[in-house]
Amino acid sequence: MEIKKPAVAGSLESSDCQITVEPNPGQGISVHLESDVKAMFGDSILETVHTVLKELSVPEAHVELRDRGALDCVIRARLQCAVCRAAETAYDWTKEDA
Amino acid sequence: MKNAVGREIPERIGDYALKPYEGAYAVDPSKEPVHSLRTAAKPAAGGTKLLGTIEEAVRACGLKDGMTISFHHSFREGDEIVGQVLTAIRALGIRGLRFAPSAVVNIKNPSIVDFVKDGTIDRIEASGIRGELGDAVLAGLMEKPVILRTHGSRPRAIEAGELSIDVAFIGASAADSYGNATGQIGPNACGSLGYSFIDATAAGRVVVVTDYLVEYPCCPASISQQYVDYVVKVERIGDPEKIGMGAARLTKNPRDLLIAERAARVMAASRLFKDNFSFQTGAGAISIACTKYLEEQMEERSIKASFALGGMTAAIVEMYKKGLVRVLECSQSFDAVAARAIAEEPGIVEIDNALYANPFTKGAMLDRLNFGVLAALEVDTDFNVNILTGSSGEMMGGLGGGPDVAAGADISIVCLPVIRGRTPSVTKRVFTCCTPGETVACVVTEAGIALNPRHARYAELKEDLERANLKLVTIEELQKLAESLTGVPKPIETTDKVVCVVEYRDGTVIDVIREIKRG
Repeated sequence: MEIKKPAVAGSLESSDCQITVEPNPGQGISVHLESDVKAMFGDSILETVHTVLKELSVPEAHVELRDRGALDCVIRARLQCAVCRAAETAYDWTKEDA
Repeated sequence: MKNAVGREIPERIGDYALKPYEGAYAVDPSKEPVHSLRTAAKPAAGGTKLLGTIEEAVRACGLKDGMTISFHHSFREGDEIVGQVLTAIRALGIRGLRFAPSAVVNIKNPSIVDFVKDGTIDRIEASGIRGELGDAVLAGLMEKPVILRTHGSRPRAIEAGELSIDVAFIGASAADSYGNATGQIGPNACGSLGYSFIDATAAGRVVVVTDYLVEYPCCPASISQQYVDYVVKVERIGDPEKIGMGAARLTKNPRDLLIAERAARVMAASRLFKDNFSFQTGAGAISIACTKYLEEQMEERSIKASFALGGMTAAIVEMYKKGLVRVLECSQSFDAVAARAIAEEPGIVEIDNALYANPFTKGAMLDRLNFGVLAALEVDTDFNVNILTGSSGEMMGGLGGGPDVAAGADISIVCLPVIRGRTPSVTKRVFTCCTPGETVACVVTEAGIALNPRHARYAELKEDLERANLKLVTIEELQKLAESLTGVPKPIETTDKVVCVVEYRDGTVIDVIREIKRG
């Protein structure tokens, strides 16, 4: 999936995570994480980001997360949404049926 | 060495020898007469004890380097007395004091941290060190560990000679020039001065600080002139907006309401829920909501309580006015409604905090308590409760009277959600053990009620709750549910340096907090 433009998903409400995805030409994946629970879950959040990007076949993107203690499923959903918006494509729901 | 809740504690820190926690009711008091620094005295010359400034009072008390000073925290975050007194002490060049208030609330401008940094204070003993000070202490601010004691343990420690107070500064919303003082009247009324009774009778010198001087004799008087050396009138004792907070509004959070209602149902299902029962609910959002649900249960079944205990709220005052509770025993007033009620209602009375909770007297009121509802940051699968430290290693609360209530009440009910944000609150092992699991009867969450099989009333409570068709789960199920939602958090890293000693109510050490490593 090619990141064509900057896009955002999520909010700064407690238990949510605001994620921005931007083009990152020639520089692969870079991630910037701010989180209320970074000490406890920082590594786990970064792992989730890389996993989701791999699942969506995103080779290049700059991802910024402002996490307010969101659960893992919320972070995954927000990232999937932000990536699809940035790639100007719809989410492939057939994957959910597998 | 390991104590009876499996916590690793050092044998000695500097000149402080730690006694390991042995069990909630295992330790006996000493047979020695109780300790006090109060001396006999002659009446003040000229019929007045009024001095012009705090500096004068500090000088007149003979405060010297290394001595111990105390305060109460009944003005909450509106308190400006602590700041004024410490500023005056610093100006006089007195250093190395032990700061022993009933609790440290989050006061700013000046912050307590400033007085630690400049050497005015070098030791702290309190029930909690909220806010900026707490976080600085966890980050290694102080050389000597902060000693944290429950509300019941503070008067015990004073009478045992473990905490001798040289000079007590007692803030009062009204006082006369001869030392009679109260928190019940005046523009900055805070209600009960229950924490200060022990300071008045056991300190070497007692200074009343007020901004509202009344004609002699001040009536009502909580602090008696016979214990008071000096009176100082200051411009203001605090921020009226923060002292006189109105009644806390009922939470709208559906999860908190569910937990509160469930806790009230636990009480109503118990065989102890009958005429003349007694309860303590506290001031948190869930606690206040629980009070309202308890009220509904009592009205529905026409049951009246004999007394409510501890920190009082508008919600309980309302129950009193409806005739649902005969006496409110207030060691603290949590809001303006509860503060005024003591002066207005004959059955709403101010009590000494030692009468409320001291484990080593001929009887504390919480020994006669049927139900105690308690808030918590974390509870673990051994039912141990953490009310001090957040899961990312920040100071979130104080011990308060929680461990006392759990030990005294027939049935102690810990209310908390299984997760907060991404932080699990039911864990395998609490970060700081404050209340031992053996004193916790049950944990109430949005995902069910877990009874503690090791609690003395387990069999009876299980029978009662099953009869009422209340959903029971195991604490392990709650822990697994929490973990399945949040994932496994990385443990907080600490150094070996002990920054806080958490004493149990009998003076033994139930846990220590080590300096948090910040990445």
